[in-house]
Amino acid sequence: MLERPLSPHLTVYRFMYTMALSIAHRIAGLVLSLGLLFLVLWLMAAATSALLYAEVLLLLGSSVAKVFLGCWLLAFFYHLCNGIRHLVWDRGYGFERHEARRSARITIATTLLLFLVATYFLFFSVGVL
Amino acid sequence: MAEFRLPVNSRINKNGKVHVAPVGSKNVRSFRIYRFDPNSGETPRIDTYNIDMDACGPMVLDALIKIKNEIDPSLSFRRSCREGICGSCAMNIDGTNTLACTKACADVKAEVRIYPLPHMAVIKDLVPDLTQFYAQYASVKPWLQSSTTPPPDRERLQSPEDQAKIDGPSACILCACCSTSCPSYWWNGDRYLGPAALLAAYRWIVDSRDEAIVERLNDLKDPFKLYRCHTIMNCTEACPKDLNPAKAIAEIKKMMVESQH
Repeated sequence: MLERPLSPHLTVYRFMYTMALSIAHRIAGLVLSLGLLFLVLWLMAAATSALLYAEVLLLLGSSVAKVFLGCWLLAFFYHLCNGIRHLVWDRGYGFERHEARRSARITIATTLLLFLVATYFLFFSVGVL
Repeated sequence: MAEFRLPVNSRINKNGKVHVAPVGSKNVRSFRIYRFDPNSGETPRIDTYNIDMDACGPMVLDALIKIKNEIDPSLSFRRSCREGICGSCAMNIDGTNTLACTKACADVKAEVRIYPLPHMAVIKDLVPDLTQFYAQYASVKPWLQSSTTPPPDRERLQSPEDQAKIDGPSACILCACCSTSCPSYWWNGDRYLGPAALLAAYRWIVDSRDEAIVERLNDLKDPFKLYRCHTIMNCTEACPKDLNPAKAIAEIKKMMVESQH
């Protein structure tokens, strides 16, 4: 007799918005942590020498770095908005199915809005970067 | 550490037997069903049953019973009340956990895919081993605990408001749809109690007649039993009785914080 098999899980369960937002929250957290390494790199360069700082600035100003910064911003705003959603839940509100679905839509819409506004000001309008 | 891949003995052969519909059937639907026979020595497979829906009841359970009666008596599944009150026929249908008896075939688009409840040891076909699930339910001591003696002439009374608090959670039928829909329960089911057991715990914690609230909360003070809930909300989405385990768990977490002051 065979040992009892494990029934399929991830591969058969419908990928619902609930799981999607949950795993995205974790991934966003991971991206945020990785992004902090670059912040540290920037600060360390500034503390070391003007020459090193100029080189690091060149590196961080490249197109690739800008794409990474965009991803980091998206992760930042998502983690912020969904984090607030979790705080509301932790107070015991918003658990009805229709409320949770609505807060999911609000989270995604707010994330995209903040992301677009931030990228517009950073990359296009003011041209900080 | 969570193991995302299925063990080798659990991987599925997608090309099982195909049973064609009777000649002349006009309204044919395909049911792709997970099969595992512990005596065959083979790994699980997917069998396809084509059924004439004009000669079949409307619910998924009707189709399963028709298959067992008329096409393939070797198909195993649990069922009893056929009206959503016993919780026996819980399974994964069309990607979500629900009761076969209350899920209409018409609500599923295209072919109807049926698997046992996810991430459980399979005894045979659609019959999962629920031993641990029941043990976790028993671990929350789902009975009235009281140190005072009841009045000799009547029951322990409760106000309608207090009764209303436990109306919802008392309606749980322990079908296991919620717990086996929860990714956190998939990865830590040995130490995390899961939504069903925690809903039961909540039902007794908020019962005005129960006098063991401190002990009940203390029993849940553990990094895993309660706090592996990350508010994913799959449980509430899955519950075929429209209950809200996620909210019950959040309420327990709140009481946990309040009890520390």
